[in-house]
Amino acid sequence: MYVYDDFDRTLVAERVREFRDQVDRRLSGELTEDEFKPLRLMNGVYLQLHAYMLRIAIPYGTLSSEQLRTLAHVARRYDKNYGHFTTRQNIQFNWIKLEELPDAMADLARAGLHGMQTSGNCVRNITTDQWAGVAPDEIEDARIWAELLRQHLTLHPEFSFLPRKFKIALTASAHDRAAVKVHDIGLRMHTNGAGETGFEVMVGGGLGRTPFIAKTIKPFLPKRDLLSYVEAILRTYNQYGRRDNIYKARIKILVHELGAEKFAREVEEEWQSIKDGALALDASAVNDIAARFRYPDYDELLDGPPELGKALAEDKRFRAWVDNSVANHKVAGRAIVTLSLKPVGGPPGDATAEQMDAIADLADRYSYGEIRVGHEQNLVLPHVAQRDLPALWRALDAIGVATPNVSLISDIIACPGLDYCSLANARSIPVAEEITRRFKDLDLARSLGRLHINISGCINACGHHHVGHIGILGVEKNGEEYYQVTIGGRAGEDAELGKLLGPAVPYATSPTWSRI
Amino acid sequence: MTSPLQQKLKITGPVVVTANRLRDGAVIYRATDGRWTTDLASASVATSEPAARELLAAALADRLKVVDPYVAPVRLTDEQHVLPGNLREQIRSRGPTVALPGENAI
Repeated sequence: MYVYDDFDRTLVAERVREFRDQVDRRLSGELTEDEFKPLRLMNGVYLQLHAYMLRIAIPYGTLSSEQLRTLAHVARRYDKNYGHFTTRQNIQFNWIKLEELPDAMADLARAGLHGMQTSGNCVRNITTDQWAGVAPDEIEDARIWAELLRQHLTLHPEFSFLPRKFKIALTASAHDRAAVKVHDIGLRMHTNGAGETGFEVMVGGGLGRTPFIAKTIKPFLPKRDLLSYVEAILRTYNQYGRRDNIYKARIKILVHELGAEKFAREVEEEWQSIKDGALALDASAVNDIAARFRYPDYDELLDGPPELGKALAEDKRFRAWVDNSVANHKVAGRAIVTLSLKPVGGPPGDATAEQMDAIADLADRYSYGEIRVGHEQNLVLPHVAQRDLPALWRALDAIGVATPNVSLISDIIACPGLDYCSLANARSIPVAEEITRRFKDLDLARSLGRLHINISGCINACGHHHVGHIGILGVEKNGEEYYQVTIGGRAGEDAELGKLLGPAVPYATSPTWSRI
Repeated sequence: MTSPLQQKLKITGPVVVTANRLRDGAVIYRATDGRWTTDLASASVATSEPAARELLAAALADRLKVVDPYVAPVRLTDEQHVLPGNLREQIRSRGPTVALPGENAI
């Protein structure tokens, strides 16, 4: 866990006071909606179909048990008893009342949570590998670098009004679990021929209306230069990015229109003027951030304890769950456990307040009080002792988050779609629910192997449909819901965009998702 | 940016004026008595462009209570009951088409 200091706490508390005043002035009529809207958006507050929606940042997907309990409290006290984990490692509450928002934000702030930079044309929540810090294949903990970027880019005055929103993702593992190639900036830590670690810098990735895989503009960037080089990219984008057309304002369009080589030259020129200045990272700055990440003081354990072997031999359901949802840890005797938020017939990524409270308790008991959120909309307990897996599984099964379908066809990534979202053209959740019902036989799902379905309710692609093995995009035709289907997409280190399979099919009359 | 009042209204059937309530975001409709209601059945229905424009103008003047009023299609049953005119408005009126987590289907 990263431990916030007084500066962080003061900043968040001051933002709550400021927002409370803004809400009061809006409710009294002192502010018009045109004046208030950009202010609420800066705090992650949208107006959706039924109510206000509050989006809360979960930096690099790391939550403490205390923070998860606070989210459960907000769900229970201010919403309809559940929250929706998103593809950007955030959580959204869909039924918040404006008049109660300041109180909800004050409760969140006490746990170090907020909605800053979860909306608007700024640098959004920086995402990374949900296994960072515990993955056997990682070079080092990517969250340290994500936190450095977060601190530098939070309320950065030069980048608070970019041409459009801006998303950064990092990975420090050979296997990319953060989908870095479909972000505005993707950073992949690797080791060069001289044995030094640094970043491959990719820019211009993104989905939405005009999808692109990011282009590499710097094959190896020394770690000391991370802030200055990202600053140079943002300055270049801020200067040349289009502000006249919202559909052409993302950096991916600029990189495409200029060409990656010319864009890289522009960045390089800017970078040369700042690279040896105040943004050059020295070891003490990095060490100071790293020291604020507290790692568990693990007991010494061995892999394959007898309690685990016995349970695996005796219980077929437990064995199926371990095979599917438990991954190797970098430390002997430990395991990484994924909690499926994809129940059969249920909405992807949702968790009730009771589930959040129970998971927080289990995190305290089995995972040193730490939980992660993955962009696949599942949760992770990153520090579980292998000997505790049988007991943990029984507890997770009891609260409905042990469906052994991680990375199978029913582990669907989906946006809220037309059931909630004011931008959507078609529903996502009913399609996802129908597919999961079709594949509730897990033997059938397993026989298909790893298979990702991604569903978006509109072209904005919050469900990342372009990079689903099967991608489903909801469109509207003459007032009816239709769905375009793509195949062959993928989001990892070998990212590709899916190819359109054929004409869109209607929701009501297609052979439907049961025969997909 | 074009004012909603200056935008062309294409009225091909019965319509109502709807918005979200400022204080809590709830879906509301302009009622026949000039107030706002959460009950679509009590909404004032317009069937011509001038009538719809008049309803919208009154709604836009009430910006202290509501956010982003607009004209939405409805259907009238033989008994003149007012129903949402498309899926989006049905969802706004009745809630999500799926069960909320921890609840039965609405």
